[in-house]
Amino acid sequence: MGDGWLLAGWGRTSPSWARVVTPADPAELSVELSGGEGGEKGAGTIARGLGRSYGDAAQCAGGTVIDVGRLSDIGPIDPESGLVTVGGGTSIQHLLERSLPEGWFVPVTPGTRLVSIGGAIAADVHGKNHHRDGSFCGHVTSLTLNTPSGVLSTGPELDPELFWATAGGMGLTGVVTDATVRMKPVETNRVVVDTERFTDLDGVMAAMEESDSGYQYSVAWVDAAAGRGRAGRSVLTRGDHAAVSDLPKAHRDRPLEAPHPARVRVRRTAPSGLLNAFTVSAFNAAWYSRAPRRRSGELQTITAFFHPLDGIDGWNLLYGRRGFLQYQFAVGPDRADVVHQAVRLLSDSGTPSFLAVLKRFGSGNPGPLSFPIEGWTLALDLPLGPPQLARITDQLDEMVAQAGGRVYLAKDARLRPELLEVMYPRLSELQEVRRRIDPSGILCSDLSRRLGMDGARMAG
Amino acid sequence: MNDAFGRPQSMVVLAGTSEIARAVVRRTVADRCRTVVLAGRNPTTLAEAAAEAVAAGADDVPTLLFDAGDPTGARDAVDRCFAAAGGEVDVVLVAVGELGDQSVDETDPERTAAMLTVNFTWPAAAMVAAAARLRTQGHGRLVVLSSVAGVRVRRANFVYGSSKAGLDAFSVGLGEALRGSGAGVMVVRPGFVRTKMTLGRPEAPFATTADVVAEAITDGLASGAEVVWAPGALRWVFAVLKNLPATIWRRLPG
Repeated sequence: MGDGWLLAGWGRTSPSWARVVTPADPAELSVELSGGEGGEKGAGTIARGLGRSYGDAAQCAGGTVIDVGRLSDIGPIDPESGLVTVGGGTSIQHLLERSLPEGWFVPVTPGTRLVSIGGAIAADVHGKNHHRDGSFCGHVTSLTLNTPSGVLSTGPELDPELFWATAGGMGLTGVVTDATVRMKPVETNRVVVDTERFTDLDGVMAAMEESDSGYQYSVAWVDAAAGRGRAGRSVLTRGDHAAVSDLPKAHRDRPLEAPHPARVRVRRTAPSGLLNAFTVSAFNAAWYSRAPRRRSGELQTITAFFHPLDGIDGWNLLYGRRGFLQYQFAVGPDRADVVHQAVRLLSDSGTPSFLAVLKRFGSGNPGPLSFPIEGWTLALDLPLGPPQLARITDQLDEMVAQAGGRVYLAKDARLRPELLEVMYPRLSELQEVRRRIDPSGILCSDLSRRLGMDGARMAG
Repeated sequence: MNDAFGRPQSMVVLAGTSEIARAVVRRTVADRCRTVVLAGRNPTTLAEAAAEAVAAGADDVPTLLFDAGDPTGARDAVDRCFAAAGGEVDVVLVAVGELGDQSVDETDPERTAAMLTVNFTWPAAAMVAAAARLRTQGHGRLVVLSSVAGVRVRRANFVYGSSKAGLDAFSVGLGEALRGSGAGVMVVRPGFVRTKMTLGRPEAPFATTADVVAEAITDGLASGAEVVWAPGALRWVFAVLKNLPATIWRRLPG
């Protein structure tokens, strides 16, 4: 047994209470998945890493949440292939601390290093290199999954149905206890960055279509909070890992120092309403005017380029008591119009939205619930509070669904359940795998219940 | 599950035929609530309210009967409601209550006791039963209809007013007890609402409608409020009225 407490996602919107257990090893974990030691059977179980999914994916009201934090061993990195086997609870932060000095970078990183490897697989996270390298699970060669029907090994060749259902399956196929990941060789801990500023969306999107392929990493920050005429102004940053020869002489003797953990910490919830239409658009405007019109060859640190917010521990508290939503959608390459519409909808309705992130995705992978599909993705950062926000996000859903797109479940906290299967037409493939490895329906989360993914199980 | 905007997917309504309750159900169903269980005492009006919820888009609206005059049956009524909802409930709306007839209620001891039972004892017992359920679920909101009549009790309706004062205080206390459990209580304090229940009675200032109260309730669920007033201005009006000297309070009209 263990204690329980209130758990919420990074957006802090819908906390719920669950019993929390922290197994020391996979064997202890198996006991939990076989129904627990007489715990609240039937109320479900889900794994939780570092709690960075924004919505309710890593919580399980009234049930059991398995904190995988102690499953964090990092094996040796094969100097030839870059393959490394790590515990499912290992954070990208810790992995980098170990791997960078040996000259290896993670193949894919989201906008924060503070995610667990298990979470990165469950959400099939993507990074700024998706257009070239795809999402995280494309670099996983095998993994061990602790499921209600026992410990299973899987990979793209070994039981691929299970492997791909796990990629983006939001933890509903089991708990990743370890995974073997192919790391990427790098010479330095710096990125050579080119920055360009655009006055509108058309400009930035054209530049991305034209020349993203020349860079390993590419992302644009879009101001969706500016008034009519200026909404859509953007800053495009693209880069590649720096070679030793790119570094100034003074840094060349220590090119592979790992990034530091956060230095600043937010301790209290900020007052609600601190981030309002006025402060948000002022922030966006200041950020836009600070960016250079064009600059190339700038050396940036890993933190500055990949994980700008990791320098501030607990930055989500700045959004106040009510928290915030992330809304991220993906649509096909010919549906740039949806990106335009979304920016216009936010701007016209005066909905405060922090710097939106725009990115071109390369091809998706075989995961039935893996989020990335070839085309465009836009991520919006929306403080809760404006009365129109519920309606606006429902409208965005409709636009995205009609365009054949989908929203990212790792960020969702409010999707209309009927739209899940419209957005993820291969949902039944995940469900089939779940019936096979979890016949009595132990694995579930607040997300899976809210979106009606657990069938008749919860109705019992 | 409640979503980021506090929008429920399943709801139990105790006194599901109340006009305020029906207005709330219309709003939550439009906002994706699919399971609605309506409990009340009149099968005919319950069936009407259920048909309205189905027409608005609810999947299936089971109805069941209870007697708010018998607090020993409160637990059973709540159990039946949860079972009918499929075991898990996001929002329990407690709309039980009656205005009574002050001239009789203040002179007839049986009527006094009956008023306190319907407006306070039964709802409090039902809330305790529901709170235990929500605590086990680890999530869910109890929404209870109090009244401004209980904020400062008046001569003209002190039986009703005191019963609401008791329920209001009880609910605030229960909300405190539920802190940290994932479950919570929201107390709703409407002013004079134009409904069948108040038909023919003299209107008070700031009179409002069931739809306005329902909107205040869904807004309150979205913001995670513990107390909502309807209309909102009453919060400030009563901040003053509560502190008026009794000699002045007594002379106020109504």
